[in-house]
Amino acid sequence: MRYAMAVDTKKCVGCGDCVVACQTENNVPIGYCRDWIVENVNGSYPNVEIELRSERCNHCDNSPCVRCCPTGASHIVEGGIVMVTHNECIGCGACIQSCPYDARYSHPEGYVDKCTFCNHRLEKGQSTACVEVCPTTCLYFGDLDDPNSDVARALKNRSWKVLAPEAGTKPQLFFLT
Amino acid sequence: MKEELFVSGRNIPNIDPFLNIWHWEIPVYLFLGGLSAGIMFFAGLFMVMGKEKEMATTVKWSMFLVPVALVLGLFALFLDLKHQLYFWRLYTTIRIESPMSWGAWTLMFITPLSFIWVATYMKEAIPGWNWKFKLIDDLEALAIKYRVHMAWAMMGLAIVLGVYTGILLSAFNARPLWNTSILGPLFLVSGMSTGLAAIIWMSKSHEERTILTKIDIALIGVELFLIIHLFMGFLAASEVQIEAAQLFLGGEFTVTFWVFVVILGLIIPALLETLELFGFRIPVWIPSLLILIGGLIFRFVMVEAGQITRFLY
Repeated sequence: MRYAMAVDTKKCVGCGDCVVACQTENNVPIGYCRDWIVENVNGSYPNVEIELRSERCNHCDNSPCVRCCPTGASHIVEGGIVMVTHNECIGCGACIQSCPYDARYSHPEGYVDKCTFCNHRLEKGQSTACVEVCPTTCLYFGDLDDPNSDVARALKNRSWKVLAPEAGTKPQLFFLT
Repeated sequence: MKEELFVSGRNIPNIDPFLNIWHWEIPVYLFLGGLSAGIMFFAGLFMVMGKEKEMATTVKWSMFLVPVALVLGLFALFLDLKHQLYFWRLYTTIRIESPMSWGAWTLMFITPLSFIWVATYMKEAIPGWNWKFKLIDDLEALAIKYRVHMAWAMMGLAIVLGVYTGILLSAFNARPLWNTSILGPLFLVSGMSTGLAAIIWMSKSHEERTILTKIDIALIGVELFLIIHLFMGFLAASEVQIEAAQLFLGGEFTVTFWVFVVILGLIIPALLETLELFGFRIPVWIPSLLILIGGLIFRFVMVEAGQITRFLY
């Protein structure tokens, strides 16, 4: 089993519902966020191109944050999801430095926090909070090993990219282009 | 024109626009760790060579700085932790792939070792020193018997500690400025040079200072060579590393690095030390102080600048 997410950059309108849904679902403290939206503007008028991306932790296959963690608080659970055990985290910040996507932040209570692919919801058979609320249904989530999952079908039919593949992290957050 | 805009979230205090979560604690710790590693390496080296009498400051007296420096450094590290009550989690596991785990365990061994080393010289340092308990006297006699073994352990651990202060940074491939394996040897040599500077400052013996000064000049030479290599490597690498190097070649850290670290912290003290070897009378504290300050600024610059660099996508 390999959980992954695909973001359709052609359908995303940058409304930010995924951000708010995540903050509500996961009790993210005010001023912080586990997912965020980037608006990438390329060129200038009249030859201008805009790409909107809903970004979050890439749950990398070769995750630098897990490798550099001195206590093992950062670890990978079933389905390839990168998780942080709060009471094993010492807040040293090594994982924040190691992430090419800047997906982690220091929670005001001390430990490091990040997207969990809503693991607590997956265990109940639900999808992630961001996917559930997306008004343009531009987020696809599922098991890459299952050819009939939303994400596997989206990747099969479209061209896609990942962010900073040269970092060698083998990210599992795909952007449909 | 390329422009990137965060539409939502990400107005995180102290984190955006750069995720610079490491402040003064880390460079201070890297400096004190390097300094301790330098002193311990040379104390161990001259002990093993049987020069305890001729190089008394190196082997005995400068070592009194090490436990203090290590404890202050560890305290700085502790201050840096955001989840401090859980710091003991470092010692419930060994993570081979994590440099920080290596460092934590090295410090676990090297800090007590430095205390034992200093304790065996307490009676020489303070005449009439009394341990009050017979058990401690017995342990002291045992430690004195195994001094040479301790010296070997100290040399090995000092190299691990010195290299680790660099590897701690270079293991992060997400920060292009740090992501170069030359940082390990560079921080080791720089730490050894600051250690020597401290010993030279303390030493009263002209012969001892001459030997140490010669070693220090050679180390500064190696350090300059490694710095040139560092930038050659960056400029021949990918876009993100070329941009990282630009911070020092015209960017915001240019003056701090080249004037305070390279010229005032390396070249001028090396020249002063060379002049001293040729018989010019130069107060010892001037080159030593310049090297120490240069070493400290070097670590501040590297930690600060590294956190600005990142992958572009």
